[in-house]
Amino acid sequence: MNNKEEIEDLIDSHEEDFILNVGPQHPSTHGVLHLKIKLHGETVTDVQLHMGYIHRSIEKMCEASSYRNFIYLTSRMDYLSAHMNNQACAMAVEKGMALEIPPRAKIIRVLMSELTRIASHTLWWSSAGLDLGAVTPFFVGFRDREDILDIFEETCGARLTMNYNVPGGVMYDIHPNFQRRVKEFMKKFNKRHHEYDELLTGNVIFQGRMKGVGYLSPEDAVSNGCSGPVARGSGVSCDVRKWLPYDGYENVQFDEILETKGDCFARYQVRMKEMLQSAKIIEQLIDNIPEGDFQAKTKNVIKLPKGEFYSRVETARGELGVYIISDGSMNPYRIKFRSPNFCNLSALKHMTIGGKIGDLVAIMASLDLIIPDIDR
Amino acid sequence: MTNEELKNFITAHTHEVTFEESQFLNAFVPSEKIHSLAKYLRENSFAGFDYLFCLSGVDWKDHFMVVYHLTSRKFRHSIVLKVKIADRNNPTVDTVCDIWKVAELMEREVYDLFGVKFNNHPDLRRLFLDDTWGFPLRKDYKDDITIVSL
Amino acid sequence: MDTKAATKFDIKSFPGKLQPLPGGGNIVTTSIDKIVNWSRSNSLWPLVFGTSCCAIEMMSAASAKYDWSRFGFEVARASPRQADLIICAGTIVYKMAPVLKRLYDQMPDPKYVIAMGACTITGGPFFYNSYSVLKGIDHLIPVDVYIAGCPPRPEALLHALISLQNKIKEGGPREKINIGF
Repeated sequence: MNNKEEIEDLIDSHEEDFILNVGPQHPSTHGVLHLKIKLHGETVTDVQLHMGYIHRSIEKMCEASSYRNFIYLTSRMDYLSAHMNNQACAMAVEKGMALEIPPRAKIIRVLMSELTRIASHTLWWSSAGLDLGAVTPFFVGFRDREDILDIFEETCGARLTMNYNVPGGVMYDIHPNFQRRVKEFMKKFNKRHHEYDELLTGNVIFQGRMKGVGYLSPEDAVSNGCSGPVARGSGVSCDVRKWLPYDGYENVQFDEILETKGDCFARYQVRMKEMLQSAKIIEQLIDNIPEGDFQAKTKNVIKLPKGEFYSRVETARGELGVYIISDGSMNPYRIKFRSPNFCNLSALKHMTIGGKIGDLVAIMASLDLIIPDIDR
Repeated sequence: MTNEELKNFITAHTHEVTFEESQFLNAFVPSEKIHSLAKYLRENSFAGFDYLFCLSGVDWKDHFMVVYHLTSRKFRHSIVLKVKIADRNNPTVDTVCDIWKVAELMEREVYDLFGVKFNNHPDLRRLFLDDTWGFPLRKDYKDDITIVSL
Repeated sequence: MDTKAATKFDIKSFPGKLQPLPGGGNIVTTSIDKIVNWSRSNSLWPLVFGTSCCAIEMMSAASAKYDWSRFGFEVARASPRQADLIICAGTIVYKMAPVLKRLYDQMPDPKYVIAMGACTITGGPFFYNSYSVLKGIDHLIPVDVYIAGCPPRPEALLHALISLQNKIKEGGPREKINIGF
C-alpha cells in the first residue's frame, strides 16, 4: 500500500468509512435516539435511525382504558407541550360527542396553551445553547421557565404533566391569583426576551455554527410531512391555529412567522419570534376571560357513537393529530397519535448528509425533537 | 373542490372506489389500485394532495385496513383513503413512499405493529420492536408474561 | 493563635476531632472509614442519563432555582467511566434494558443508583396493559434510593440526594467499601 494513488482510490471507494454510534445515551440527542452515522473523515455519508428505546405502548394501553382515562397518558408523550396534547385528545372526544364547550373554558385553554408554548420554547433555547457549548443560556432559560411552572402549579396542581383538560372543558376553575401572576410574568418577559437575544442570537460563534447549516427545501419539508417551526423555517405555511382555528383561536390576532432561508438559524429565528407572538396572544386575552362555566355537563361514562374522529392541534413542535376509531362501546377501538416529531425526524437524513458531524449536533438542536413523542 | 367534485374526480380515474361521508370524505380503494390513485392525486394540478399527514393501520378482526389522510395545501381540501386487506395471514399492499417521503417511516411503523408488508419499500425493517416480537397491536395478540391486565 | 485555628475547623459535619498541639498546628483523630465515606458522599458525580419526563425535573434540579451543586453534584459526566452515581430518570423499556445494564457495568466501584420517578420503581402509569415496559429497574440493577412521583418535584430529588449522602456516611451501601488493605 505504498502507492499514493492506491491509497486515494481506497479512500474514494468508501471502504474506509467509519460507523459511529450516537446514543442512545448521549447528552445531545434530547432523549434516547440511536443514530448510526457513516463517516468519511468528518463528512457524514449516511444516517440510520434506530428507535424504540422508549416505546411505551401508549396506543395499546389506550384501547384498554375509557375515554376519560386515556388523556393522562398523552401528557407523557410530548411532555413539554403536555397541555396541548391533552387538549387534542379532549377535542377529539368532544367531536365525537358533538359537544360545544363554554367560552370560558375555551379562553382558559388558549391561555394555558400559549404559556406552555413559551415554556417549551424557553427550554428549547436553553438546551440548544447547551448542545453547542454555551452553558449560561441553560441557567437563564430555566430560571425563567420556573415562573411559568409556578403559575401552572397554583392552578393545575402539577408542574409538568398537568392533566387539566377533560372532555367538556377544564377540570377546575383558574385560581384567583392567576390573572395577577400572568400579568406580572408578562411584564418581565419582554425584557427577558431581549436578554436571550443579547446572550445568544448575536454571538459570532453561534451564528457561524447555525447559519448555512442543515438546509431543508420547502418541497422536502412538505413531502416529509414536517410541520411547526421546522417547516415554517423553510417558508412553508402550516400553522393549524390559522388554517383550521379551534377553541378560541378564531378571535385572537397574531402573525404566523415564516422565514425563507431554510437553515438552522432560520428555524431558531422562527421560535424566538413565536415566543413574542404567544406573549401577544396572552396579553389580548388575560383581561377578557368571560364569566361562566368552566366545564360542560357530560355523563360520567362517556360512550362515543360508532365512527371516526380526528382532531388537529398546533403544539410547540408541530401538528399533533389524534385519530379515534370508536365501535360504540365504552373503550376506544383504536387510537392513533400522529406525532409531529416523527415526521420532523424523517427529514433529518436530507439535512445531514454531506455535512460535517459537528453540524449534526446543530441540526438536532434546531429540530427540537422529543423522543418519547416519536416512540409513543 | 367540494366533496361531490372530489367524488366525480376520483371515479373518473378509478371506477371501483366507494365513498362514505363523515368528518372527511372517505374513499374505499381496492388494494391494487392505491398506488396509481395516490400518484394521480398527488400530481394532478386540480387535486394537488401533497401533504400526507397520517398513515395508520386498523385491525378489524377479520381484515386489516390501512388509512391514509391526505390534504392539499394549495386548495385546502382533505380526503381519507382506506384500503381493505382481507388476507390476515399474509397482508400486503403497495407502498406510497415514492410519492410522499414521510410514508417510509410511517409504513415501517404499520409493519412493526400490525405485520402488514409493503411491496417495493426500500427498507422494510421493524421500527420500535425487534424481529422476535409478535405484532402487538393486533387484536389477537396475547402475552401473559409481560402484560398485566386490570 | 491556636484557639483561632481550632475554631475555624470546628464544623459539626466533619467526622473527626481536632486536637491542637502545644507547638502550633492540629492533629485530626478519626477513623479512615469515616473520612473516606464523608469525602465520597460530598462529591458524588452523577451520570447524564434521562430517558423521559423525569429528565426534565432532573435538569430543573441542576439549574439555578434548585441548585444541586451546593451539595457537591456539580459535574454531571456524560461518560459512565467518570461517574459514580446514576440517577435513572425515566421509563426503561425492554429494548433499553441491556443499555442500562451495560452503562451500570461500565461504572467503576463504588457506585450508587437512584431510581427517580414511578416508572423506575414499578413501571408507574405503564404497569397495566403495557407490553414493552420493564416493571421497575430493580429487576436489573441494585437500587439505593427510590423517589416516588410522576414526575417528582426537584425538591424530592434533592431530598433523595441528601438521604443518599447520609446513607453513605453511615457506611451503609450493599458492598463494603474496600480501601485496599
